[in-house]
This record gives sequence, C-alpha cells and structure tokens, in this order.
Amino acid sequence: MKKLQRILLPSLAVLFSQNALSAELDIKVTNLTHGLHFTPLLVTAHGADAYLYKTGMAASEDLQKMAEGGDISGLSSMLMGINADVVENPAAGLLAPGTSTMTMLSTAATNTHLSLVTMLLPTNDGFVGLDSWEIPTTAGTYTVYLNGYDAGTEANNEIINGGGMPGVLGIPADPSGNNGTGGTGVTDMEETQVVHIHRGNLGDDDAAGGMSDVNNKVHRWLNPVAKVTITVK
Amino acid sequence: MKPNLLKSISMAAVVSSALLISACSSDDDDDMMVVEMPVPVDVSYSITVTNLTYSQPFSPISIVLHDDGQLWQIGESASVALEKLAESGDNSELFTQSVVTASMAGAGILMPGQSETVSITIEDNTTSLLSLATMLVNTNDAFTGLNSIPLADLGVGDSWSKMVGAYDAGTEANSESAGTMPGPADGGAGFDTQRDDTDIVTMHPGVVSMHDGLSTSVLTQAHKFDQPTAKITITRTE
Repeated sequence: MKKLQRILLPSLAVLFSQNALSAELDIKVTNLTHGLHFTPLLVTAHGADAYLYKTGMAASEDLQKMAEGGDISGLSSMLMGINADVVENPAAGLLAPGTSTMTMLSTAATNTHLSLVTMLLPTNDGFVGLDSWEIPTTAGTYTVYLNGYDAGTEANNEIINGGGMPGVLGIPADPSGNNGTGGTGVTDMEETQVVHIHRGNLGDDDAAGGMSDVNNKVHRWLNPVAKVTITVK
Repeated sequence: MKPNLLKSISMAAVVSSALLISACSSDDDDDMMVVEMPVPVDVSYSITVTNLTYSQPFSPISIVLHDDGQLWQIGESASVALEKLAESGDNSELFTQSVVTASMAGAGILMPGQSETVSITIEDNTTSLLSLATMLVNTNDAFTGLNSIPLADLGVGDSWSKMVGAYDAGTEANSESAGTMPGPADGGAGFDTQRDDTDIVTMHPGVVSMHDGLSTSVLTQAHKFDQPTAKITITRTE
C-alpha cells in the first residue's frame, strides 16, 4: 500500500503540474539607484510572441509615451487587447531610490513571458526594462537584474522643462529636487533611433546654467538599475 | 545541551594540556597522543578577491562569518559599522558585531588589478553565512563585497564565484571634494559621524571626477569605475 502511494503520488504531481500552466507570481521590484526615481511601473505576463520593446528595434509610440513621460496607458491598452495579464502602478506612484514595491500576478496559461517597464527620472527617454523573461514552471524564487535603456526617441538634452509628451523635447521633472535650471542643452540630436543601452546622464555641477539641468553628483547611474525578485508559487 | 558543552570544554582542556606536556618534553611524545578523542572539525574557506578597477585601491578585505543577519540592505540605513568601513575602510566595529562568529582581514590595501586570497576558519559549522566588505578608497563612501552568502551547499573542494558591483553607503554625500576621501587621490578624512546623504544603501552611481564635469572634484578620469568592481571566489578547503 505504502509503495503504491509512493508511486502514485509523484505521477499525480506530474499530471497536476502539466495541467496547471497558469502561474501565481509574487514580484518584488527594487530601485537600486542612488538618485533616480521610477515612474509608475507596468508589469505584465504575455504570450511568447508579444513584447513591449526590443533592443535594436525602433520603439513603438506606446513605449515612447512611457519612456518620455511615464505614461503607461498606451502599453496597457495594447496588452489588454492581446489578453495579457497586467499590473499597473503597483507602487501607487513613484518608486524612490533604494525602495521596493511588491505585487502579485496571476497569469493565464498562454501568458508565459514576463515583461516590465518604467521610466527613469530625470532622463529624456530613459527607462528600465525587462523584455520577455520566460516564467519558470518550477516553483522557486528567481532574481533578475535590469539595465537602463534609451528609447531612442528623443535627444538627451537634459533640460528639465516639464516636457513629457512625445514630440516635446525635455525632461518632465526631477522628483528628488536636486536638479539645476537654465541649462543650454547637452545635445539636440538623437542619432541612434532604436532601443539601446542608455549611455547615462552627463549632468553638470552648475545649478543655474551650464549644459544640463541634471545634477552630475546625484543623477548618474551604473547598471544594473533595478532588481526584480520573482517567486513562482 | 549542557552536558555536551561541558564535554567539549573538558576535551579541549585535555587536548591543550597534552599539547603543553608535549611542548615541555624535549623529544619523544608518543605516549602523550590522544588520537581517539573527537576534536572539533575545522571548516575553512579561502576567499580570493580581484580588484577590477583602474585606480580604486580596496581597503583591507574584511570577511566575517555569521549565522544570521545582513551586513546591509538596499533601501535601509547603513549600520555605523558599515558606515565606518565605507567611509574610512575601518573594519574594527564590523568584526565585533554580535552576530559575527569568525572574522579575518586581508594583509593590507589591495591595489587595482591585484588579487589576494584570505582564509577563514570556523569549528564545526558548515552552514555559516559569509559577508565581505571593502572600501573603494578614492571615493566618499563606496564599498563592494558580498552580503550573507549561504555556505551550506559548499562541499570541500567546491568553489563559488561572483562579479560584484559597488554600493553607496548613503552616509556621506558624493562631493569628491578635497579632504573628504581617505585614499591616495585625496588623503582626506575618513569616518565622519555626520550623515549628509540619503542615508540609505543603494548601488553606487560612480564617481564624476574633475575631468567629467565636477569642477570641485579632486578625482581624475583615472578614478572612474564601472560595474563590476571586483571578482570574488569562495572555495571550501576543509
């Protein structure tokens, strides 16, 4: 009897796991940077063929809205349209340097890949990205470190003027309040118009002028910029 | 529990007295050997650290074993022990933390491009956590290291390796200005009780330097670094 149980139980477990392809995920996102804020996060599980961005490819208009102004509504609508599982804004606002937010995500069986985006402030079109990470089928805790990307849609002029809409040059804001004003602009060119690794903020040490409104002592970063801990239950 | 403790104390006494006697007797000590005694088993690790930076010497590599606790947490305020290490390289307070079960320091400053191997031993404990910290001395409060790495799965002869980035203790603003950094680039002050930065531990943003836009910095292009800053390998040797 006991022997039978031993044989039966594992095979039942296998059957069960094969049927249960949907997943319950706990997701923790940590802003690892010393001086940058994250705008409202978008966390999603979607099919293997969907994506929010691809390095080396031009950003979609929806990604541009997120990367330049922190507006995730376009990406979210697109995801709803393909029956993705979506969590919007789990931190209920900005995610400050060093802080973390937790969320849960229940995924449908066909939504096998996890993606995440959030804009880096203050940047022109810098964002944190996780692109189509295959959700493990084995229960456990997994850690992924994320880099800062440049959407390639706006020149990194580093002028903080409230400009967050696509087509409006400039940075929406510096929530840390360490920025300068009156900069002349670092550059008005964006030559690499595809998603690429962000070269970082230049910034300057002139609070009332110089080239940049970004503070070079506070707003630079080195990758990785975020840590994501995913618990598959 | 208590009888066991007593037993190990009395055994240790026997062993040390045996050693004493053998040390006193000038030659043949065969009859003094207490080989049947179960003696504490040494569990040892050798830790090799390579400084991957161009011009950021590391303060003496500081290694601790502990059974619980964390040396730091992203988003939390640094302990004073960590603050001292990150601002001045001083590990004395780190080594006397109550959770620490063993500690060991490197021989001295670990220069850029150099590697050093440090050994640490603990008796009868194969499930320690290992933490390591060292300051990038030409910075205000940058450090690198390992935080609470579980050693339980490391068998004798096994190795584990990781490339690690630099952290910012958040206890001193990254002014890079004269008199604020203890390393050779400045020769300034180390630890300062004042906390004039964000007061949370984060990843480090890197140094700016006088050549990259911070006119009040005493650092040069040579002191810039990127992630990772160190390669660390832990090998269990016994």
